[in-house]
Amino acid sequence: MPRLTLLLLQLLVAVVALALWQLLSTVPVFGKLVLPPFFFSNPVDVAAQIVAWFSSGVIWKHLLITLWESILAFAIGSAGGVMVGFWFARQPKVAAVFDPYVKMVNALPRVVLAPIFTLWLGLGIWSKVALGVTLVFFIVFFNVYQGVKEVSQTVLDNGRMLGMSERQLMRHVYWPSALSWMFSSLHTSVGFAVVGAVVGEYLGSAAGLGYLIQQAEGMFDVAGVFAGMFVLSAFVILIDFAVTLVERRLLVWRPVAADHRE
Amino acid sequence: MVQKAMPIAVALEEATVAFRLADARVYTAVEKANLSVAHGEFVAIVGPTGCGKSTLLNVAAGLLKPAAGVVRIFDQPLSGLNRQAGYLFQADALFPWKTALDNVAIGLEIAGAPRAQALQRAQGWLGAVGLGAFANRYPHMLSGGQRKRVGLAQVLIRDPKILLMDEPFGPLDAQTRQIMGNLLLDLWNADRKAVLFVTHDLEEAIALADRVVIMSAGPSARIIGDWRVPLARPRDIFEARLDKDFHALHREIWAVLKAEVMKGYAQSSQAAEAG
Repeated sequence: MPRLTLLLLQLLVAVVALALWQLLSTVPVFGKLVLPPFFFSNPVDVAAQIVAWFSSGVIWKHLLITLWESILAFAIGSAGGVMVGFWFARQPKVAAVFDPYVKMVNALPRVVLAPIFTLWLGLGIWSKVALGVTLVFFIVFFNVYQGVKEVSQTVLDNGRMLGMSERQLMRHVYWPSALSWMFSSLHTSVGFAVVGAVVGEYLGSAAGLGYLIQQAEGMFDVAGVFAGMFVLSAFVILIDFAVTLVERRLLVWRPVAADHRE
Repeated sequence: MVQKAMPIAVALEEATVAFRLADARVYTAVEKANLSVAHGEFVAIVGPTGCGKSTLLNVAAGLLKPAAGVVRIFDQPLSGLNRQAGYLFQADALFPWKTALDNVAIGLEIAGAPRAQALQRAQGWLGAVGLGAFANRYPHMLSGGQRKRVGLAQVLIRDPKILLMDEPFGPLDAQTRQIMGNLLLDLWNADRKAVLFVTHDLEEAIALADRVVIMSAGPSARIIGDWRVPLARPRDIFEARLDKDFHALHREIWAVLKAEVMKGYAQSSQAAEAG
């Protein structure tokens, strides 16, 4: 399909969906509104709310807070995941001892940790960062662990025969291999960092996109809830786009076939 | 012969290699192998599939320890990795996250050469294997033959005294193999390292080597024959294959090898049925 046609069709979907929503929530069918405004609001009100947020500037503060929490959660979770993943992969005994506990903690739905984090770390950003970290950590950890374990034996032998010491093997073989596995899960882990931040805010905070949505919901302001959702998904798409750019730079050496996401 | 006066680069004395299997039985891959490669000599090992040719090579490389017997490298008993050897692997062994240039330069870099100098020499080696224009490609952007060329440059840039090659051109198509064979001979001719070249292709072995060593079918494979190749150097393997000495030797070795190949084939098909 030509690009332009595709773009037009994609736009058409949005236009039709919004038009239907607007019609069904404002024009009565057989004397009744199919989408009562109290529960569904309507696109015009939602758009007005979004415009109001941006024109008054209140949204920036919330966006920045959520962004900051996501970045911190991603950075701390990744750093921890890389270190522990490396350590476990190189020390199979340690990995074997900790294995059941790792599985146990990972099996826990992370949302139940939110109240504890709030209790421990307060209502500020750190309880949200902590929630995001628990999500990001495990994804990165498992990927790095796998990445180090699955280094090709031939490539390792080649490194040894070329004269690499254990430290040089670490730097030139294990490390790039682990990083490539970590980057292949970059979209997922960044996504989870945002999830952690937003869910944390939703469950108790004084700022952020999650807070905004939760506030609107508390006042039965459905337009506000939808507006928050739209801003949030635009925010996530932008972050995802940034991740794609980073990934393209970092994984140039990867065959295209291994890069079939998107 | 001139080679007689040369020091022995690689000597395997009564080398036995055994593996412990998953069910605790011991599998003897190679039994009491005696083999020596003189400095400057090109020796090819030929044998049926699964006879332990690569195992023998790994022993010479120090990647595997023999269960019994001694490995000597220039008269010194080998312990640990063979630091004098360069190893060209059968499977892809390039670092996929490094460009062709970085892959070739790495051997110098880890030995402590300044990066700029390492890159400059690597560029020279890429030129020598005909890939001067491909320096910035990553391995997945190269063809199988091109990857082998990079691998060859990667090994040779360190100037190892011994070159170990494990069916290096195995995965390539017939024409590319011949071209790679000639490239190898050209590069080897420049300084005549000791070469131990494993292959299952008898023609390739005769065309390249000074000596052809035949192994019996495994398990407990042994070295059962050793022939000197009477072809002149420097050689072109396209022409060597037309030489009547080539054919005579081929017939002679094949008479011995054929029985082993059939044995190996029978064993592997039995194993397949049993498994």
